[in-house]
Amino acid sequence: MSAIYPGRSTRRRTRRGRSRPPVAAVLLASVAVLFFALPLLGIVIRAPWRSVWHIVNASEVRQAVWLSLKCSLTATSLSFVFGIPLAWVLARANFPGRGAVRALCTMSMVLPPVVGGVALFFSLGRKGLVGQYLYRWFGFMLPFTTWGVIVAQTFVAMPFLVLTVEAALRQFDPRLDDAARSLGGSPWYVFRRVTLPSIRPALIAGLVLCWARALGEFGATITFAGNYPGTTQTMPVITYLAIDTNPEQALVLSLLLIAISFAVLVGLRDRWLGTGANAGAASFGGAAS
Amino acid sequence: MSLNASLGLQLGSLDLDAHIAVADGEVVAVLGPNGAGKTTLLRCLAGLVAVDRGRIELDGDVLDDASSGAFVAAEARHVGVVFQDYLLFAHLSALENVAFGLRARGVGKAEARGRASDWLDRVGLTAHARYRPQALSGGQAQRVALARALVTQPRMLLLDEPLAALDVGTRGDVRRDLRKHLDSFGGATLVVTHDPVDAYALADRVIVLEAGHISQQGTLAEVTAQPRSRYVAELVGVNLIAGTLRAGVLQTDDGAAVVTAGDTPDGAALAVIRPQSISLYRNAPEGSPRNAWQCTVADLDQRSERVRVLLGGPLRLVAEITPAALAAIDVRPGDEVWATVKASEISTSAR
Amino acid sequence: MSSFSRSGRVVALVCVIASLFAACGTSATLDSSLPTEAVSVGASVAPTTTAPAPVTIVVFAATSLTASFNDMKAAFQAAYPYITVTTSYGASSALAANINNGAPADVFASADITNMNRINTVGAKTPFARNRLEIMVQPGNPKGINTLADLARPGVLYVTAAAGVPIRNYSDQALASAAVTVTPVSLEANVGAIVTKITSGNADAGIVYRTDVIAAGSSAVGVVIPDANNVVAEYPIAIASGSTHQAEADLFINFVLSAAGQNLLTGRGFIGK
Repeated sequence: MSAIYPGRSTRRRTRRGRSRPPVAAVLLASVAVLFFALPLLGIVIRAPWRSVWHIVNASEVRQAVWLSLKCSLTATSLSFVFGIPLAWVLARANFPGRGAVRALCTMSMVLPPVVGGVALFFSLGRKGLVGQYLYRWFGFMLPFTTWGVIVAQTFVAMPFLVLTVEAALRQFDPRLDDAARSLGGSPWYVFRRVTLPSIRPALIAGLVLCWARALGEFGATITFAGNYPGTTQTMPVITYLAIDTNPEQALVLSLLLIAISFAVLVGLRDRWLGTGANAGAASFGGAAS
Repeated sequence: MSLNASLGLQLGSLDLDAHIAVADGEVVAVLGPNGAGKTTLLRCLAGLVAVDRGRIELDGDVLDDASSGAFVAAEARHVGVVFQDYLLFAHLSALENVAFGLRARGVGKAEARGRASDWLDRVGLTAHARYRPQALSGGQAQRVALARALVTQPRMLLLDEPLAALDVGTRGDVRRDLRKHLDSFGGATLVVTHDPVDAYALADRVIVLEAGHISQQGTLAEVTAQPRSRYVAELVGVNLIAGTLRAGVLQTDDGAAVVTAGDTPDGAALAVIRPQSISLYRNAPEGSPRNAWQCTVADLDQRSERVRVLLGGPLRLVAEITPAALAAIDVRPGDEVWATVKASEISTSAR
Repeated sequence: MSSFSRSGRVVALVCVIASLFAACGTSATLDSSLPTEAVSVGASVAPTTTAPAPVTIVVFAATSLTASFNDMKAAFQAAYPYITVTTSYGASSALAANINNGAPADVFASADITNMNRINTVGAKTPFARNRLEIMVQPGNPKGINTLADLARPGVLYVTAAAGVPIRNYSDQALASAAVTVTPVSLEANVGAIVTKITSGNADAGIVYRTDVIAAGSSAVGVVIPDANNVVAEYPIAIASGSTHQAEADLFINFVLSAAGQNLLTGRGFIGK
């Protein structure tokens, strides 16, 4: 890069080369940053720091945290098992109505979560379209159970994984699959050893977003699965109810959820921004050095 | 391991219809312009696309038979392919890339790496075994792609524009190395290329594919000596004129007449005129040449020792003259000149 | 790169300054800034020939008052055309919390005195209605629940409300008086959610107000709780101290307490004050 004048630093040149952002843009951007920062700062500043540890240690809080983690991870795993094939089909298979199928599968992303909960209620509830058979034949019901929470979370979180992976698969050069098959790889081997590893950054980003969404899911959970400590009372649910009766607990729980989300996003940053460049193995013959 | 394939395939606007036979150890180049169907042909042979009509047989085994519906999938064909752009796996090192075919076929990790290592040695890239493809130069990537295809001891080798991605400087060396490896490979080899120099250097035989059909086959010398299409003529840099031969005079559809010598029978025929045989004059010439056409200079292409003059008019011709000759006639694009050729310097063939 | 980091610093500076203001500021409550009016002011307004300026008042009411207060709203607005009533229903605990956080309520009608006492009011906290508890089950009573003790049977999916919601305290009292211990499968946010869980077929039973059973019509069936174990829920109503239309708020409360208002309540199953 600075091979021409090895002695000189490159900073001078880039400074002269860049134009400064217009003042109006900076001001508007500051407002936007404030918009996001203030609510979070409000919680951080108003949190009862002295009693944080005591509150976090309360048995119902610990139960809620543990349940949230268990359910969100399970929901993410289910999203992986069913979502990756869906992403593959949407990216590669060409069939009529593909756009409609994609819209259907990702609709829960734009639906208000409570609507999702209502929908689950009437389909998988004890008297639901399918739920009634589940109950009648197997005596199994989803509402009021941990599996109900997992189903609700998967319903709202899977689209995040599907869309991210589908986008990456579209960018991925399908000729690499051809190359792998010509070398003797079965379609499954090729998918495992070539396609998935090549979209790894997008895959990880998708999984993390999916998990974060599942962790924060509230509307569908409380409507469909209910609320009971240890079984269905996840962190967002206990936080919601605590606002009215135990605001300190609500603050601390919010703090915990914010900390987790922040850590996730900061850790993911490079992957997320790098999706365009890294996803899709670049074919390679270009001169590098 | 010989290839016997007759394929028919309709893909978009391409109508591919070709019969190809390659013997053991033979290297055949498939030459043709863009869009001719060369890559599609390769993909059919590799098993990535099924043919609509015809049959592909490799060493007696039927790989694809449209009438019976038999089709052997790409991963079961044991055909090595070196793709345009090489398509190395970016998440694997050079060594792992080469070992891929073996691992995919169930060879144990240690053995696969051992054999891959041997091949990397053969292509001279042992020091680069741990490098990712992004860190390799074009020539190195090409060698890795070749090693990757050959390590599995394929029955047939297909190469799609193996040198196209390289810059002119490295191309010569890489071509020489490639020839060495192709010589030592025992099976049938098909090289797709648009560069006749590649065909010349690598192949024993050339097939010219144009718009999905084979227009010519033979050794490169045979093909270029008797070009049967504008594409080949332009490839070798000669003038090709098509028309109807009657009593030694070739009449073109535009009404121009070319007087030829030679014993090609009457009927549809092609005349080949080397650019160097054309002489240019400012004024209508006198003397022996019976071929004299008044043309307009369309363009001048001045090289170091030669000048190529593009002529338009009753015939489209490319003439090659010395700079001194150009100075003598002193013409610019747009001027009129007289082009003459001796009948004895024109070769003809039936179409 | 440095020009960008410069604007980045500006942005950061703006944020720090703003957040300092946020940290130093006290939470704004309406009550501190508004004058309190004597309750009698409204009564001394003589009818004038010109119509009074239109006023909107906000009424926060417990979920169980939904049907009756919708009736109340229509009747009151007919009687006082210049007053528009906006209602907001929810668990009394949630409503009280909202009011304390600055929600602009003029009137608060709570399902219990505990939640009424959580907010600042002007004037009296008047009981205006009473409600009895009843067990709600699905039509046909498929699980055969006839007593409070039946709720504790294994296999019965019993749903109640979260802590702080009035129906929770009331129903716990009723169960305690019958010495019944039940483990619920869910703690809902308000009594309406309990009703939904039962009418949709997902829960088997819950203890709700008698008025809820009546309002559910044919989608649910009520099982009577004997008077000995039953609890009378006392509903107080008051003017929120943050109200800017205390006169009109007072008019509304008087209407609720009047014969007309009481009829609307008893018509829906409440016991009058």
